[in-house]
This record gives sequence, structure tokens and C-alpha cells, in this order.
Amino acid sequence: MAASISFRLSKSKGLLSIAASSRTFGCQFSWRHFNRTFSTRTTLQSQDLYWNDRSDPNEKTFDKILIANRGEIACRVIKTCKRLGIKTVAIHSDVDSRSVHTLMADEAVNVGPAPTNQSYLNMDVILQAIKETGAQAVHPGYGFLSENTVFAAKLADIGVEFIGPSSGSIHAMGDKIESKRIATKAGVNMIPGHDGEVDDADACVKYANEIGYPVMVKASAGGGGKGMRIAWNDQEARDAFRLSKQEAASSFGDDRMLIEKFIDNPRHIEVQVLCDKHGNALWLNERECSIQRRNQKVIEEAPSTFIDPDMRRAMGEQATQLATAVGYTSAGTVEFLVDSKKNFYFLEMNTRLQVEHPITECITGIDLVHQMIRSAKGHKLLHQQSDIPIDGWAFECRVYAEDPYKNFGMPSIGRLTKYIEPTHIDKVRCDSGIKEGSEISVYYDAMICKLVTYGKTRQEALDVMVNALDSYVIKGVTHNVPLLRDICTEESFVAGDITTDYLPNIYPDGFTGKQLSASENNNLAAIATIIYIRDQILSRNFLNQTRMPASSDLPTVWSLSVQIDGRSVPVSASCGGGYVTVECNGQKMSILDSLDFSAPLLEVFIDGQPTLLQLTQRLGAGKYRLRYLGTVFPVTVMDEFASEMMKYMPERVPEDLPTMVTAPMPGVIKSIAVEVGQQIGEGQEVCVLEAMKMQNSLVAGVTGKVKKIFFQQGATVDEGDLIIELEEEEAKK
Amino acid sequence: METLTKMSRCLLRQTVISRQCRWFLQRSSYSVVAGSAGHTLSVRKKVDQLRDKALQGGGVKRIGKQHEKGKLTARERIHLVMDPDSFIEYDMFLEHNCTDFGMEKEKYPGDSVVTGRGTINGRTCFIFSQDFTVFGGSLSGAHAKKVCKVMDQAMLVGAPVIGLNDSGGARIQEGVESLAGYADIFQRNVNASGVIPQISLIMGPCAGGAVYSPALTDFTFMVKDTSYLFITGPDVVKSVTGEEVTQEELGGAKTHTSVSGVAHCAFENDVDALLQLREFFNYLPLSNADQAPVRECNEPWDKDVPGLDTVIPLETTTAYDIKDVILGIADDAQFFEIMPSYAKNIVVGFARMNGQTVGMVGNQPKVAAGCLDINASVKGARFVRFCDSFNIPVITFVDVPGFLPGTSQEYGGIIRHGAKLLYAYAEATVPKITVITRKAYGGAYDVMSSKHLRGDTNYAWPTAEVAVMGAKGAVSIIFRGKDQEKNEAEYVEKFANPFPAAVRGFVDDIIEPRTTRRRICQDLKVLANKKLSNPWKKHANMPL
Repeated sequence: MAASISFRLSKSKGLLSIAASSRTFGCQFSWRHFNRTFSTRTTLQSQDLYWNDRSDPNEKTFDKILIANRGEIACRVIKTCKRLGIKTVAIHSDVDSRSVHTLMADEAVNVGPAPTNQSYLNMDVILQAIKETGAQAVHPGYGFLSENTVFAAKLADIGVEFIGPSSGSIHAMGDKIESKRIATKAGVNMIPGHDGEVDDADACVKYANEIGYPVMVKASAGGGGKGMRIAWNDQEARDAFRLSKQEAASSFGDDRMLIEKFIDNPRHIEVQVLCDKHGNALWLNERECSIQRRNQKVIEEAPSTFIDPDMRRAMGEQATQLATAVGYTSAGTVEFLVDSKKNFYFLEMNTRLQVEHPITECITGIDLVHQMIRSAKGHKLLHQQSDIPIDGWAFECRVYAEDPYKNFGMPSIGRLTKYIEPTHIDKVRCDSGIKEGSEISVYYDAMICKLVTYGKTRQEALDVMVNALDSYVIKGVTHNVPLLRDICTEESFVAGDITTDYLPNIYPDGFTGKQLSASENNNLAAIATIIYIRDQILSRNFLNQTRMPASSDLPTVWSLSVQIDGRSVPVSASCGGGYVTVECNGQKMSILDSLDFSAPLLEVFIDGQPTLLQLTQRLGAGKYRLRYLGTVFPVTVMDEFASEMMKYMPERVPEDLPTMVTAPMPGVIKSIAVEVGQQIGEGQEVCVLEAMKMQNSLVAGVTGKVKKIFFQQGATVDEGDLIIELEEEEAKK
Repeated sequence: METLTKMSRCLLRQTVISRQCRWFLQRSSYSVVAGSAGHTLSVRKKVDQLRDKALQGGGVKRIGKQHEKGKLTARERIHLVMDPDSFIEYDMFLEHNCTDFGMEKEKYPGDSVVTGRGTINGRTCFIFSQDFTVFGGSLSGAHAKKVCKVMDQAMLVGAPVIGLNDSGGARIQEGVESLAGYADIFQRNVNASGVIPQISLIMGPCAGGAVYSPALTDFTFMVKDTSYLFITGPDVVKSVTGEEVTQEELGGAKTHTSVSGVAHCAFENDVDALLQLREFFNYLPLSNADQAPVRECNEPWDKDVPGLDTVIPLETTTAYDIKDVILGIADDAQFFEIMPSYAKNIVVGFARMNGQTVGMVGNQPKVAAGCLDINASVKGARFVRFCDSFNIPVITFVDVPGFLPGTSQEYGGIIRHGAKLLYAYAEATVPKITVITRKAYGGAYDVMSSKHLRGDTNYAWPTAEVAVMGAKGAVSIIFRGKDQEKNEAEYVEKFANPFPAAVRGFVDDIIEPRTTRRRICQDLKVLANKKLSNPWKKHANMPL
């Protein structure tokens, strides 16, 4: 059936009564040529976005829902509630008192201080808030209490509906061994492996040989890459078992071990399922989530380039079989690992609304939150499997407050001094819970926004994404837009050729910013030139210097030198006729002379080609910071003479001493592993810094002795603070 | 020599061209008239020779040495700071007249300083640039005369003077002549003070008596690593006090911008310093007879700044960065901070509002809770007085818990120094706009451009608290600690808000932070016609 899914669907058929239009989806499923009709879809409005959403106008729904979460997901749920006329209650911590989600809801209840275990995880206070506000149901979002069986059970006790699956299914899918058993029974493809615990190293070797190398030895309770090892032979299998077991015991307090086949060139592809309390289960196609760093997703897309209709149906059917097997009643996600031969294996099931659900909504037109609410209320799903289309293509970039130059993303914090989402662009959806002036704090996830774009084709959606990333104004915090922007134009990503090892494969030395081609470099130099000239003109444009008249004459021909990333190029420019003609490295460019510094976004036309960029900082003396192709480049423009004089200026060497262990980000010192006077080797861990729920191991840059420790365990440090000073061995001799 | 010619070619392109024309004319007329033409020719030749020599300063070798030290020559510096082809040199032929110690044999046309005038972004400016390659830039009678001449000229027409200092000190061979020269300059510095802006940029050594000229000017900037300012050098320090100290520690840019407060800013190198000086110059009026400059401004004057609504943290004890507020309301988020590393508990600097230069002063809650101490008071006072001298409106952001208590402050004379800031604000007649962002406690409330000190417009944000002191301290005095908690709550209810000040008219309005830019720009427009003067006096007697 899926080989050429062909369905007809018109809005009048759907029970949601919106303006009747003859939206027809005649799709012979060749993925790249999907014909999407955008007749009514000029702006992104919630009703339009969910064109395929269905409900009975007369069916009952909840009067009031409490959202037990914060940030973008709370806002996301509130939006749907508002659309449906359901009253909303937000919960918030002290520091979130003025957050977007708090202000957006009809009511807001303070549930405690900033740390999550005292607020968003504080069940008693939340339950109290539910009782006080008379909320009939609770949407848990993702994270926090979304997969907490105790919470779900407690809600059931007081007769409040949990908008999610039953606590039974949460429990069944929460445990790795248990979920594997159920999945196997339900006929889901499993990664070849031993069904059950591995008792000792000998058993480990035995099973490994049965499965065939390479194998993965991992902790039952594991996650986040901990307690997990790959083995290619017997010896490695023994070591892997021993080390992983130790790690598991210390990290999770549960040292039960599993063994399975290790998958080559794996892709992480997941299937969205949607179920009701009447035994109906639908699969809403897949999401490709292979672009990950440290097991956290960075960019997701739907559908996947790798999957053909047969495979899609097979995956979807297995996913719904599993959902049915655990009596699933809400939206959920079944994650699969896919190998290079298109074999797919069950990974786990997430019993909640996923972060990346918007891309599924984009291609199916279904409001997942609405359907979750309906299902929780006991309504039947009104879609058949054949009503689930793949309409176009969608991408989601997770825009985080983090430094992409450090390990593909180290959390950063700060206040968003300037913040403009690119929602003015057609086919862009921004799911965020912040606004200009919001604070990204150490207490919560550093996500700024889920930037979602879609289009008729993959390339169109990708083009919109690139445009959206270039138009995204974020100031005040370090963010990962440079990396996202680079991936979106990277060859193998554009070709859809990706695996979960994409980042380390493409950026073996880590991300170092956009590498400019020769012509891009010339373009940047030309842009810097016109900014400099505009700056010079502005500098002379006095309006009240009349006593001693100032001369505002400026040359129309300029000989300048532009320094990008430390390399200088001579540039000549001439102004006239509303254009600036710039010559750089033999390339002649004509640029429309229409710059407005005060605009957050500059659109420059180079030979008629529009280029979006942002002047992130004007530092004076011809120094600028320009965001071009995602990356912020420090650029210096000088006249010929000043540039000539620069050769006499001594070079200032930045203090970058490997003997200093400094905090790469603000956080709390979790532990210090060394003592003053202790001998240590290069690369040895000296302390652990906890920031935003992430533990970062800081290592010694040299072999030597610990000279001084500046902070104690538990101390709060700022970015750049010196934590430990070392004494290099050679220096001592 | 090659670098020299290259440099002079750039610098005096026009002169050179006209000279070539002259030579051409001379040659053609030579055969016609003999006798007197020969004389004319030799004079002209000598003019050219001397001009060439003057352009070479101390010669190729010394110029090479100067470059090796990472420093530019006096003329290169002028060329960088002035608009191209705008510099007109004075006294290129002036020489010293010392005859002792064989000095009569060593003469350089122009001596050890280059002086003249030019334009910076089209506006006139006078300049002197000490030439380290001639006698180590030492100050002779001739040197002083040249400097005095440009200062007199600057006063005459009302245009700023920039001094580029790079001098070993007095010309010892000239004895008292040199000292007299210093004093002549000092006197002119003082006469010019408050009449024309005076800026010093220290680009090499500046020691002994020489330091007092920069000290008398309005702004002293330094170049990192290559400039030093001290009364006595490390050798003398060692012989007198036994202290061992390096030049950098004693009088380097870091010392003076962060410890002593002598210098107002430090720049990376010569080029950076001179280019930044151009930017800085644009904020200043040419003299006290001019209004603060107004530049074309693209940023809408009436834009809302939503980010400001959340600048003030919910917890009143939590710090924030006052620069977020300043950058939030200033045109294009441009702010030229003065003394950024000294007394960081107060932030001062120049910005533009709808194109017009304004002085920004703000307590910095991020450092020492933004309290006023000796250094902060002096830093603020000097800045406010500069603004008042030169018709630059002052915008003050108040979040001050009070004056810093303690013996070190009392012994150091916080009463006297704190009075300076009070004095400066009370004396100022320029437009004064004040925004109380959060705390305005005690005497510090009065000091920070309050209504009572003739503040023209005083606003409070909803987060403002104007009171004699914080709740805890107040209750312990009023109630002697009885029912501390209950009474504190009552006090907070009564005083920890802007109403007590608003109902008395001490603040004109309680405004939403996001509207601050618009309100200030509107006020500045109205206040442009402000006329207010202080009673006649010979000069005031501020508590120094």
C-alpha cells in the first residue's frame, strides 16, 4: 500500500470546520516530487498549520489544563489549548515568574525556587496547584514529570487526567530489559543480542561470539553514553564488560549489563505513533534524527531520505504493534537504529511528546497536542492510517545557548539583549519560550528555540532554513547558529548522506566556524568595505557644527585594506550612482549603496545577489564583528596608510597557557580530583564542572605538578575563571 | 631612508608636487636672470633641504629604532589621527637656541615636536606630537614655544588640542629654560581648561614634571605596553624608598587605568589608539561655545526596548549590568566608556541619543553593589564636570545602596571626596535627566542627580525604591529591633517602591523601562533650550 500511497483528502471531509477548500493530495509517492498545494497557506497560523487536524465540534473537552512544564513546550501546549478554548494553568519557579509561558497562561502558580527538584519536579506542590486551580487534566510536556509513573498514578488518585500514556505503559517502556521483551513479543525487529542480563565476563564473551563482533556492551539503566562500550574481539569484550559494569554501578547504582550487536554507520530514525483509548493506533511517519552530539539531537528532519515506502510501512506497523502491545493511549515515539543495509532495529520507546514533534506536525498537518488531549478525554482518533500524508518536507534546528566551537556545544548563559525570531519568513515555525530580555540561566535547559521550516521539497525546506538561520537575531548569549548554518549547507548533509557519527566525521578537529571559499572571502571583504565607508560618511554627518563649519567632503575613491581572520587583502572601492564598486583579489563587485546600521539585519546586494548578514558589533577604529554565513567573523578595515603602519605594531600574544585550567563556562565545581603538589599527566582529569545538568571533565594541558587550587568543591565559577594552576615539568628543571 | 620617503610621500604629497613644479620653473628662468636668481635659488634650495631634514626628524636610524619598539614616529601618528591631507604644520623651521654642552652643533629644524592643525572627520583640531627621535623628545624652550603657539591658536578660534606625548623629559642642557617651558604649557592648559577640550595620548615615556600637562587636560589615554607615566622612575624609587618596581608596574597603562585612575583608557597599540581617538573626538564639541555635536542618526528615537523590562532581576539583592541599560537606550548600542577598569562601581562614558552626544553615568550594581566610594565619587565628579563645561547633557542611572562604610573610606576622606560628586551635580547647568532603576538610598540618592539638585527630569522605573536606607537597618533603628519581621514588612510595603518619591514630585513619572529611550529623547529635545546659570563668582571653591 505504501509503495504508492495515494490518498485523497479534502478539508470538508475533516470534521474540523475550516474554510472548505479543495485541497487535494494526489501523491504518487516519489519523495522528491511531492506536490504540495499551498493555496491557502500563505502565513503560518495555527489553524492553517494543522490543516489535517480532526475533532468533532460537539465533543467534550477539558475546561482547564495545567501544564507541568516550562519554556517552549509549555508555550506549545498553551497555544493549542487557547485555540481550543481550554483554560490553562502554568506552573513556574521563582526565576520564571516573568517567563513567556507564565505570562501566556490564564493562570500561573509559583511552585518553588529555581532548582528543578524544588519546583518543576516537586510533585506535592504541583498536585496542590492542580487542586487549587481545579485543573481537570495535566499535560507534562517532555522531561520533568512526563515519564514519571508515580506522578501519573497520583493524578489518577485525585481523578485528574494525565495527558499521556497510562503509568503501566510508561513503566513497561521505561525499563530497557522489560521493553525489549515486550517488543520482541510484539514482533519488532531487535538488535541481535542476548535477551537478558549478562552475568559475568565469560558469559559476555560467549554471547559476543554468538552474536558476532562487533558488539556493544551496555548498562541496562544506561543512557547518555555512559556505561557503554564497543568490543571487536574477546579481550575487548572482557574489558568492556568489566569497565562498563563499574561505571554503571557508580553512575546509576544499577550494574545490570546487556550485550547486543554493534550497528555500523547507524542512523537514528524514529516513528511517531498516536493511539487512543479505543485500541486504535496510527503511525505518523518517521523522523530522521541522526545529527547528534553526545547523544543529543541537533537537527531533525521528516521524512527521512533513507527510507522507502515499504520500509516506512514496515517500521510504522512494527511501531504500532508495539504500542498496541503495551496498551498505549497517547502520542509516543518508537526509536529505531538503522544500519547501512536498511535493516532497522528497535532501540526504545519514548512515552511522551518528543521535542522534535513539530516536524511531524508539519508533514502530516495534525496537531499532536490536540490529539493527545482528545485521547486523554477518551475520544476516538478520527484519522485512518490512510489519512496520514507526507506533505512536503520539514526540518528542525535546535537553537541552543551554547558555544559550538567547544566540543560541538558547551552551554552558555546570559540575557538575550536582542532577540528577533525569523517568523517573518514564510514557512518558518519557531517554538520557543523566551523573548527579548529573557535570561538563559544555569538552572534549566539551554534551548533557545526549535526553528522549524518546511517546503514542498527537501531542498526548499533546507533553503528556507538557511534563510531563517541567517535572519535569526540573537544577542547576549553565545549560540550554535554558526554550526547549524554550516551543517545546512554541508555537502553530505544536503545530499542526505548522514549517520549518527556525522559531526565527528565531518568535523574531525571540532567545529571551527565556516571555512570561506575564495569568492566568499571576497564578498565578505566587499561587505566590510561598504560598511566602513558608510561608517566614515556617518562620522562626518554633523547636523549642528555651524560656528566653525565642518567639512563633510569624503573621497569617492578608496584604497583600503580589509583584514579577515588575521589575513589582509587590499581592496579598492569607488562610489557613484547609488552603487559602490569594490575590487578585491581581482574580483569586481557592484554593491547597492543602501546600508542602515541600525537595522538588526543587513541585506546587501552583491551584483544583484542578496546576501543576509548581521553587524553584531561595531568596535570602533574600523573593527567590526560580522555574522556572515552563520559564523561571526572579526573584520578590520583600514585605509592604506594605517594598514601600512600596522607592520610596526607588536603582536600581542593572548595568554593561552596550558598550565591554567580555566572554566570553559559558568557552573558549579562538582569535584576536584587533585591536590596541591600532586604529580599529574597531560590529559588527566583534574576537576569536574557541572553546568546546566551536564558534567564536564576538565583535564590538565601539561604534565607537571598542581601548583594551586583556587576553588573548592561546590563553588560557583564564571566562564574564564582560573580553577587550577599547574607547574610544567620542564619549567621546574 | 626608503621608509622615510614612503612616509613623507604619503604625508606631504601635495607639498612635494608643488615643489617639483617650482623646480621646473626655477630651471627655466635660471638662464634669463643671473645674479639675484642665484640667490633666490639657493634660498629655495635651502628651504627644501631644511624641509626634508625636518621631515626626517632624528634621522633614519632613530626612526628605525622607534619602529622596533613598536612605536610610530611623530608624523606618522599625526597622519593617522588627522584626515588625509588636512594637516598644516606650524614652525617647521623653528630650532632650539641652546649653546651649552655643544648643543649649537646639533640642531634639527622643528626640534623635538611636530605641531599644527588639521581636521578629524572634517572638524578642526590642533595638535602637537612629540618626536622621540629628536633628543628623545625632550622638552626645550623651542619645543615649549611650539606647543604654546598651537594652544594659543586653539584658544583663539575655539578648537580642541590633542597632545601626543612621547618624551624623555626636560632638555637638561637647557636648564631652567626647559622648566619655564613646562610651566608655560601648564598655564595654558589651565587657561584652556573648560574652554576647549584638551586630550592627551601618552605614546611613550612621560616622566617627571612633564606628567602634569596630561594631568591638567580633560582626558589622558595611554597605549598598552609602550607608554609610561610617573613622577620618578624605578631607579629613583629604588634609591629613595628601596622599593623594587618595574616601569610597567609603576606607571604602565594597566597601573594608571585600573589602580591610580590617572589615565582614562588604554588602547592596544599606536594605530588602534589613534584611530580610536578619532572616534572619541566625534563625541566632543569644539569648545564651550558650541553645543554638543548632533550627528545623523538612523536608529528610531522612539523605539521601544522590550529587553529593558527584564533587566532588573526579580530578587532585589541580585546584581545586573547597568551597561545593559546604557547600551539598550543608546543610539546603535554605541558607548565610549571612560575609565572602564577603574572604580568599576560607577560607569561613565559618552553615547548618543538621537544623534546628540550625551554623558552617561550609572551606578554599577555588578561591582560592590554599585555603592559610592572615594574612587567612584571622584571618577563620576570629574566626568560630570567635563560634560557641564562643554554643554553635554548628563543622563544618570541610579541604583545605589549608599556610600561605602568603613574606616578605610572614612580615613581616606569619603566625606570630602563624596562631596565632589554632589558638588559636580549641583553645579551642573546642562540638561540633567535621571532614571532611578532600583535602589536610591540615603545621601547617595540626593547626590545622584536628584530633583533636589536641579535635575530637569527625574524618572523612576517601577522597580525603584527611594528611601533613607534598606528595610533591615531602618527597622532596627525605628523599632530598636522589636518585631523585626513584621516591621520590616511594613517598611518594605511603605518605602520599597517609587510612590513616596512620586507623590512628592521628587520623580516626575514612573515609566515602563521599555519606553526609557523615547522619554529621554523627547526630554533632550525640550531641554535643548534650557537656560540656567549659577550666581556670578570668580570661580567656585569645590572641595578638592
